[in-house]
Amino acid sequence: MAIALVQILNTIASLALISVGLAIIFGMMKVMNFAHGELLMLGAYSVQTAYSNGVNLWIAMFVIAPIFVGIVGILIELLVIRHLYGRMMDTLLATWGISLFITGLITMIFGNVTQGISTPLGFYEIGGIRDSAYKFLIIGVTVVLFAGIWIVLKKTRMGLIARATMNNPGQVSVLGVNPRVVYTVTFAAGAAISGLAGAVLAPVTGVVPTMGAAYIGKAFITVICGGDAIFAGTAIASVLFGSINQVTTIVSTAEFGEVALLIGALLMLRVLPKGISSLVSNRAV
Amino acid sequence: MNRSLTIQLGLVAIVGGLLVLILPSYLGIDRVLQLTLNFAFSVLALSLAFLWGYAGVFSFGQAAFFGVGAYAYAAAAINFGDSTWAVPIAILTPVLLSVLLGYFMFYARLTSIYVAVITLVVTLIIYKFMGQTAKPSYMIGNASLGGYNGIPAIPPLNVPGRIDLWAGPVEMFRIAGGVLLAVYIGLRLLLVSRLGRVLVGMRENELRMELMGFDTRLLKVVAFAISAAIAGLGGVLFANWNAFIDPHVFNLAFAAQPIIWVIIGGLGTLTGPILGTVVLSTLSLELGTQKMLDVNLVLGAIFTIFVLLVPQGIIPSIRAFLENRRAGAANKPGVAHE
Repeated sequence: MAIALVQILNTIASLALISVGLAIIFGMMKVMNFAHGELLMLGAYSVQTAYSNGVNLWIAMFVIAPIFVGIVGILIELLVIRHLYGRMMDTLLATWGISLFITGLITMIFGNVTQGISTPLGFYEIGGIRDSAYKFLIIGVTVVLFAGIWIVLKKTRMGLIARATMNNPGQVSVLGVNPRVVYTVTFAAGAAISGLAGAVLAPVTGVVPTMGAAYIGKAFITVICGGDAIFAGTAIASVLFGSINQVTTIVSTAEFGEVALLIGALLMLRVLPKGISSLVSNRAV
Repeated sequence: MNRSLTIQLGLVAIVGGLLVLILPSYLGIDRVLQLTLNFAFSVLALSLAFLWGYAGVFSFGQAAFFGVGAYAYAAAAINFGDSTWAVPIAILTPVLLSVLLGYFMFYARLTSIYVAVITLVVTLIIYKFMGQTAKPSYMIGNASLGGYNGIPAIPPLNVPGRIDLWAGPVEMFRIAGGVLLAVYIGLRLLLVSRLGRVLVGMRENELRMELMGFDTRLLKVVAFAISAAIAGLGGVLFANWNAFIDPHVFNLAFAAQPIIWVIIGGLGTLTGPILGTVVLSTLSLELGTQKMLDVNLVLGAIFTIFVLLVPQGIIPSIRAFLENRRAGAANKPGVAHE
């Protein structure tokens, strides 16, 4: 039972982790970033490459991956997204092109093979059942990350500027802040967090050029079902869908777990078209 | 329907029909097979061209209807040993799925961006589900779904009621070409009918149509169902093309294809998406023969550049160019003004 609980928490944390970068970019900028899965994939490849070249695993994971993917995010914003603000469907299509491009590029560089990092931290044991202790790290990182994002958005001047820009860019620029810079920084932050998420999950998922496609559906459905309050919504949606997924996986198979998650999301959107956050207070972020 | 449209569509039917009949005698078997595949994909592209370009509903899920049509045909044809009833089943199954899904999405009044994501998610659900059907318990009658290995040895189309008269590659070429022509002409006729005009009105201004008393939720479901029927028909052609179907038609890369074809060829036209399909399928095939550049890399780059620089696509750009030239010529001195 305790093991099942850890597994459920781990699924929830993984879901929150793959969604939060997308939630920032979609929630704050209304940009549908279809290259999100590839940002996760780049995070996984940066930790894989750095680690196999002798860099300490934790430095590769928590420093190199987010910085590298953040820089990629800046490039994407400057070259493509910037020209498409306000044209939501076009950003979706253009970022999809980017996603194909990045997948193709990584396939050319690393080949279409699965690489992997052996899962660190060994095992823990409850009631005679052994399971990977790395799950606790994933849960811990997710909690710290969400707390950090919440503090930045609610308690710092930077977060205030970011929220104000998303609310009313015209007024913010009258007050002396360039909204374009805010957009670039926000996109880069979302990309960096996605890179971190991809890196943290790399030891459990394996690293392959097409891995982004495995994430994209789940991440999008979580963020969309979350609704307008991006963090509260994404957190609640992750808890809900993560539980559905893992409980179904335990009683049947992993594939059915994912199918149950997606069907649950469809039914929920029929009942609450504005997402889960229409149920929580409108002061939540 | 006015006279010039009658003449135009009549010409398309005659010239297209003649080409479809005589081309196999002049082409090698490899070209015949490649064009047959292009025809099947063009039907898929037309289903999205109609839904997105004319009804204004963007769907990621056309590949899912295409795949469901192909699977339904495969399962039915294997069970009956005869394609007579397999074809209608292959068209009705995706239509039922589209009505169910359309009810969920359009009656919840989800915005277009949510519709895009949900249709994608449904496609991915089907991909996951079909992938794990390798166990022998997943049978539809005598047809084993086969997981990622797919269904091999699908019976070909036959003359209704006559199992002994089945279609070989050349007959399949003619059938696929004929279906493509029929779908194209059918859509042109639909678009000048009352329903077609109402759908275009909805694309232009949904609120106004609603205030005039049209139920846009229902109209969207109807458009969705028509597009699913066309995509399912394309799936039948695809399942016949090499008598094989597997779940890759539900994965993200394949779901991307029809959207790329439509965007590159030109949204809001029917000839554009057909052109886009032929050009890009040929390009993918050629790129697949060389090792230097990855196919995805090239397609992704082309697609992004088109969205940024030529968002209206090839055919509308050519039309605009020709019209500009004509207008330019009319303004030159010495040319009579009206």
